[in-house]
Amino acid sequence: MPIPVKSLKAQQHQFANPAFQLEVLQHAGTEEGDFPLFGAKLQQHQLYPLRPTGTTILQVNVGKMCNQTCRHCHVDAGPDRKEIMTRDTMQLCLDALAKSPQLTTVDLTGGAPEMNPDFRWFVEQLSAMGRQVIVRCNLTIILANPKYHDLPEFFKAHQVQVVSSLPYFSASRTDAQRGDGVFEKSIKALQMLNQVGYGQEGSGLELNLVYNPSGAFLPAGQKSLEGEFKRRLKSGYDIEFNNLFCITNLPISRYLDYLVESGNYSSYMEKLVTAFNPVAAVNVMCRNTISVGWDGALYDCDFNQMLELKVQPGTPQHIRDFDLDQLDRRQIVLDQHCYGCTAGAGSSCGGSTT
Amino acid sequence: MENTYYNPADLKKFGNISELQPEMGRKFFDYYGEVFKEGALTEREKALIALAVSHAVQCPYCIDAYTSDCLEKGADENQMMEAVHVAAAIKGGAALVHGVQMMNKIKDLTM
Ligand code: SF4
Ligand code: SF4
Repeated sequence: MPIPVKSLKAQQHQFANPAFQLEVLQHAGTEEGDFPLFGAKLQQHQLYPLRPTGTTILQVNVGKMCNQTCRHCHVDAGPDRKEIMTRDTMQLCLDALAKSPQLTTVDLTGGAPEMNPDFRWFVEQLSAMGRQVIVRCNLTIILANPKYHDLPEFFKAHQVQVVSSLPYFSASRTDAQRGDGVFEKSIKALQMLNQVGYGQEGSGLELNLVYNPSGAFLPAGQKSLEGEFKRRLKSGYDIEFNNLFCITNLPISRYLDYLVESGNYSSYMEKLVTAFNPVAAVNVMCRNTISVGWDGALYDCDFNQMLELKVQPGTPQHIRDFDLDQLDRRQIVLDQHCYGCTAGAGSSCGGSTT
Repeated sequence: MENTYYNPADLKKFGNISELQPEMGRKFFDYYGEVFKEGALTEREKALIALAVSHAVQCPYCIDAYTSDCLEKGADENQMMEAVHVAAAIKGGAALVHGVQMMNKIKDLTM
């Protein structure tokens, strides 16, 4: 299946509409009936209503613009997306952080966060505040334009933890998910990161890779895959990295479109529901992370953000009203896509949760 | 009665075989689970072996299950196809090596 170069939004595709996605998710089932509601499933394990255990990570989505249009993207990102966080909204994030010392980590995501014109300014401010900064870097951006070639040096200067997707250690599986030529460029970018010290023992510069399946199957065995990735990347390309995070694809946005189009939707949902793991449910990332959209709106996670499910009404809805004590008492908004976080070994932006 | 011998939906009913013989069923599934655990071989290596054997025994259920399992365990298409060739080579070789038996018999029976 070739990768479309336009976002679903630009195609005016029905899956660009969050309400339509939720409608599809809520009516999924097998011949035996609809899947149990995620909330009811949590109730069976005394986890409902689900509340934070103490938020320590602020995840900021600085915009939906990206140089890629990956097949599975839950953001529906791409070159045609113009939604970008302004410097004023970034300032509101900095203000929120200043009054919330518990938020020790700031996780920057996108799109390609580096494409936001104020990205570097924002990282500089965050690092001056002494917060650990994570950047979800898609690797190819480093080579996309000469102005990005020095990103590895910039990341190093601010001790940024780099988290990058590499769905496989071969070109075929990587390019099928992320676009033609992505594997080769990703390898080059990883070598550039290694050159400045990333992923090298003792450098303190952490380089973590994300594996998510290129297809309608679940990831298995993070530790064992990490070993295989390390062996193959070292022997094939002399690349080193720290950890591999295995992430399950959540059935929303472009991945949902892929599932429906390829005829895998019901069986994939069934896999997620059948693999429900109560231990993974205890550790879902929305319990320690809060997500900010490009326009400053607050969400329980990046997935809820894309489905436009804001944090519980009655709690601060926008970063300008940020109040961590109040937000830490909120009830997390759940829907059927949440089964993606609780399947098997569990899944979060930091990989398996069990 | 089904109008086909194989129904993909039957794969997930595999566990039901215990209904008519619980004790043997339980022992089989315990053993099965134990076999596929990471040991001297990794789970991925075991999945690839299972995929090759599935082709040798030509079981559509097993091919379905172990194709998914190999993908999940991180095997790639090349590894999977090589595993199928190993099965094919052994199956083909097993047929051909009996040619020696045939040749012996020819020798016995001819002048
Ligand atoms: S998955 Fe990441 S790199 Fe790919 S289109 Fe989405 S934001 Fe861009
Ligand atoms: S999808 Fe979001 S809200 Fe749902 S369980 Fe996962 S992290 Fe929590």
